[in-house]
Amino acid sequence: MSGAEKIAVKVTDVVPLNDLVTRFKFERTDGGLLPTFSGGAHTVVEMNDGGITRLNPYSLMSDPMDQSAYTISVRRDDEGRGGSLFMHKQVKVGDEMVISYPVNLFSLDLRARKHLFIAGGIGITPFLAQVKQLERFNGNWELHYSCRSEALGSYVGELTDHHPNETHIYYDDQKQMIDLAHLLDGQPLGTHVYVCGPKGMIDWVRKTAAAEGWPREAIHYEEFLAPQPGKPFEVKLAISNKIIQVGESESLLEAMEREGVDAPYLCRGGACGQCETDVIDYSGNFIHRDHWLDDAEHSSGKKIMPCVSRFEGKTLVLDR
Amino acid sequence: MTIQFNDETFRDDYSFYNSDRAIKRFPFPFHEDSYMYSVNMEQHRGGPVDSIYEKRFDVDEHYLSEMRDRAMVLADDPLRCQSLPHMTLAGWDLLELIMVSKSEDYPDLFELHRDGNKWRWINKPMGIDDTFTFLDEATLPYGPMEYITRQAQGDFAVLDQRDDNLWMDAGMITTQADWSLDFDLGMNFFEWHAPVPLAHEKGIFIRALKFLLNIQQGAPARRLNWTMTVNPLLDTSPENYHKWGVQKTEIAPENLGSKQHLRVELQTFFRLPRSNALVFPIRCYLCSFQDLMTVPKWGRRLHRVIRDLPEELATYKGFIDNRPMMLDYLSKFDDGQPTSDGIWPDLETEPALKK
Amino acid sequence: MSKFDFPTSILSRPVYGTLEPRPGAAHLFIADAHGAEAILDVAGVDTSLMAKAHVIYLPNGEGYGDALRALKPAKYYEGPSYPASVQRIRKAFADAKMGLQVYLAGTEGLIGQAQNEAMQAGIPHTAIQTEHRGSTARRMQCVHCKGITENVETDPFVCAHCGLNLFVRDHYSRRLAAYQGVCIDAEDPGNVPAAKGIYE
Repeated sequence: MSGAEKIAVKVTDVVPLNDLVTRFKFERTDGGLLPTFSGGAHTVVEMNDGGITRLNPYSLMSDPMDQSAYTISVRRDDEGRGGSLFMHKQVKVGDEMVISYPVNLFSLDLRARKHLFIAGGIGITPFLAQVKQLERFNGNWELHYSCRSEALGSYVGELTDHHPNETHIYYDDQKQMIDLAHLLDGQPLGTHVYVCGPKGMIDWVRKTAAAEGWPREAIHYEEFLAPQPGKPFEVKLAISNKIIQVGESESLLEAMEREGVDAPYLCRGGACGQCETDVIDYSGNFIHRDHWLDDAEHSSGKKIMPCVSRFEGKTLVLDR
Repeated sequence: MTIQFNDETFRDDYSFYNSDRAIKRFPFPFHEDSYMYSVNMEQHRGGPVDSIYEKRFDVDEHYLSEMRDRAMVLADDPLRCQSLPHMTLAGWDLLELIMVSKSEDYPDLFELHRDGNKWRWINKPMGIDDTFTFLDEATLPYGPMEYITRQAQGDFAVLDQRDDNLWMDAGMITTQADWSLDFDLGMNFFEWHAPVPLAHEKGIFIRALKFLLNIQQGAPARRLNWTMTVNPLLDTSPENYHKWGVQKTEIAPENLGSKQHLRVELQTFFRLPRSNALVFPIRCYLCSFQDLMTVPKWGRRLHRVIRDLPEELATYKGFIDNRPMMLDYLSKFDDGQPTSDGIWPDLETEPALKK
Repeated sequence: MSKFDFPTSILSRPVYGTLEPRPGAAHLFIADAHGAEAILDVAGVDTSLMAKAHVIYLPNGEGYGDALRALKPAKYYEGPSYPASVQRIRKAFADAKMGLQVYLAGTEGLIGQAQNEAMQAGIPHTAIQTEHRGSTARRMQCVHCKGITENVETDPFVCAHCGLNLFVRDHYSRRLAAYQGVCIDAEDPGNVPAAKGIYE
């Protein structure tokens, strides 16, 4: 049994927001209430894409206390393996789907005196739920949100209308940049910074905050890692006694699942550590992409996270 | 089935007793004839009918007396219930979890009526009928965690999850096996387990923490833990150790069967939705040796487990001095016959004691 | 000799390091007695540190005041005792911003209490640097009456509040800034072993 508990839902709303982002609303098929959740949680959406099962994590952006429906926003990735394209092109109002119970790998530190949110592009979604959670309990927060252009600024209007004092918007095409060093300098003791967006932005915030002497525990980040396509490779699974082929546009985890091998998982995005797998033997190079293993583990050749990482070479034998 | 609640005490005259039904459903913690630490976790999704695993929160014949004992402990020492300020939301999560579970699992005893945030809670055994506003502390006589755990058997540790660790940031602890919430409050998982011998070296806590951090909403887990207590004393707290410690020396061959109790904790773990905290209910069950010996399988097994337990564990669990006397008693119930696997009494299938 | 190698112990027992310069907008040093030596050492490693430093020092009879003053910290205060200084310490945290680096040095009692103030101000304990110097006496909480006995050097010892004979555990609470003391003769009242040094 892998992953979180499942919920059968139907799609009750599909709203294209702009050229890249579409919002989906899910309600329970049985008409019951959905579980409440904590801001920052995601759900894993199962997609049956022409015989291929895709399981993609998306941040829940609706009010965590609203049990009538969940909403997510999906950014179309034309270069990706097709999960977001499936959502954009195939999913219609009335469709029945399966999603997971909420799982939170990016939760608020409720001790914080102040929550400082930094979002890039579609990275705004977990903050939408966190803002709703904090508003209910009079939390102290501030949002700095960077978008490519006004046309692609998902939820900018909603945020600036409801929270004009807390929200700060930056448009790339107008050469507006978050002045991060200045922003971090002078924040009250007990502030926590949260960043969600492209990898470059996360690295920039982590580095800048560390250089200004911010404690590691006060810096929170969530990167949307999707498995990247790569060269096909062959893997031997020692426990299952199987040799499987990992295709160009599927992950190692998906290939194992396709072959009926029960492999644990939770986030499918390289963050939670559930799918950590021991390497028994290898000859070649790992392409590690996860956030879970540290540098020493990455170079040890002893572990791999099959949800996002790949392999190039002759032999790979896994303890699975 | 309707529960007949005992009128009994866990102090002074110790009138606590287990009915035949309670003995039969006692959570005997040894699934084989030996014991060593392990991360013995399993899913907490029901179990055999009328077993302690059946419901999310077991309510049994000791309910009212245990709640009375808890109220007395809190009157003497309010520090047994504490919640750091950031844990209030987790307290509401816990209140909801217990009210929903109990009203669904025991509809004849508990009722919950919800109209938006206007909630009415009826606890028939305790004669409580309260209407309050969910998420508004001002509408309850205590904080949400204290309110509901004054009405729920067992201790409750509410753990904040952050920085890849669990933090003991709130709790209602009045039936503990000799640890102090007031002292351990604010500690992380490794720190509050620091005094436990052997398990750290075996990597038990690293694996246990990894498991617990990944417990998700809708998928609770459970395990059993155990120790020994002289007299059916629920509140074996370090705070009062200078008062109850001497009772350990009152054991004698002629009273051991009735005074010596096996103390078993049913530990469960639930992810709390709004706070992303983890609640760790620790439900304590007590059974005297003489009652345990009415189950032949348990008599044989308990003797073998206690006899072969490493010295460090017998010391940590506080019965190293009394072990020889315990073994004298228990050996009479071990005829050397094999025992069946698993914790259940197997009264129909296991042979009677050969005299 | 102000340094002491504590024996390896359980995971709740604090482990002390060696102060090192870290990047930050401001630096707060709190030390007592021989803890001054650790400040002098780290100031020698990075001579620019003192320009942004606030030093709070409790000599407790040790004569390091002149040497610390000679480092020319931006702010310097010398106090007669921890209780006399605690309001000033709280003010320093209340005025501080993110990026503050905290350096604590000296006895376990001083380090523990100052660390507690820093944590309450919102600094994670792992981000606070500590270095033990000087006395190895402990700050003990009586688990029974909750009273704190300062400067405990022997095991067992008598609780300064309720008078019970307590043995000294290595179990430590950051929230209370104290080790745990538990009644030693509960199971055999009156049978109290002779006191000896905690590390003897």
